[in-house]
Amino acid sequence: MTRIGVVVFPGSNCDRDTLAGVELAGGEAVALWHEQASLEGVSAVILPGGFAYGDYLRAGVIARFSPIMRAVSAFAADGGLVLGICNGFQVIAEAGLVPGALLRNRGLRFLGRDVHIATDRVDTPFTSMVEAGRPLRMPIAHGEGCYFADPATLDELERDGQVLFRYVTSAGATVADGDAAANPNGSLRAIAGVLNAAGNVAGLMPHPERASERVLGSDDGLAILRSFVDAASRASQSGPATDAAALAGAGAAS
Amino acid sequence: MTSEFRFAVNVTPKAGILDPQGRAVEGSLGHLGIEGVSAIRVGRRIELTVAAADEAAARVTVDRLATELLSNPLIESFEVERR
Repeated sequence: MTRIGVVVFPGSNCDRDTLAGVELAGGEAVALWHEQASLEGVSAVILPGGFAYGDYLRAGVIARFSPIMRAVSAFAADGGLVLGICNGFQVIAEAGLVPGALLRNRGLRFLGRDVHIATDRVDTPFTSMVEAGRPLRMPIAHGEGCYFADPATLDELERDGQVLFRYVTSAGATVADGDAAANPNGSLRAIAGVLNAAGNVAGLMPHPERASERVLGSDDGLAILRSFVDAASRASQSGPATDAAALAGAGAAS
Repeated sequence: MTSEFRFAVNVTPKAGILDPQGRAVEGSLGHLGIEGVSAIRVGRRIELTVAAADEAAARVTVDRLATELLSNPLIESFEVERR
């Protein structure tokens, strides 16, 4: 079975949900402690939601300098699949693994509620099993989720297909940045998730793991986790890139 | 021989970055009966002591710290102040 690592920082609070979500999606979930330097040979890595290191200074920035992030960055540079959810998105943005930054929500308040997101691309390791054109309903739970990048970077992201998810209405209609009902944190161009240029690292603010079973109110997020586990299983069968990354991670531990 | 140098790093949102905290503070001015105050930006101030051979060496350390950790150059700018 494909082993998927879930990084646990002090202050992570969605790690168990994410571990469970990975298992529901057919993977074997492995918890990776932030102080370890090895990724234990996992096929892909998820950085879960929470408040790593209390979100002190800026959300995600202190986690960025933890020992495991050195291994995650090396893994990503070698083509390894990395997904950052909510606080995990903030961590990989601070680490420069994906473009942009997450600012304080436009309305200043912490937001815990369901949103709908459209998937701009269904041909990525994160979205291959998402039904094209159908908005996904899942929760957000964050204080700093307003996606920001300068206008030139935003244009590049759009041009290069690096916008992965956008906040939309429940019917799937696109909205303006200022539409507080559909895009409650005020993200620029209503961006809810982005890809890196190489297409192997993605981050999103909404929580697919919290929408991975009907009993949770929605299982729309499971398609994302299934896509990820499926891509990871292919990578571990055929990908010399991830094998090399796993070896590099193991080397760093010794 | 090293000496200790005391600094403060002031981090503020870059010009053009929406600063909802600054806007909220600005919104409260009316309640105080204050007029004529605008362009409020809310940032943070970090004070620190650096042990180094001289002030120039200490500043190199502070600049690196401010660039890599204390501020996010995408969205914030900083000023180093000798105390």
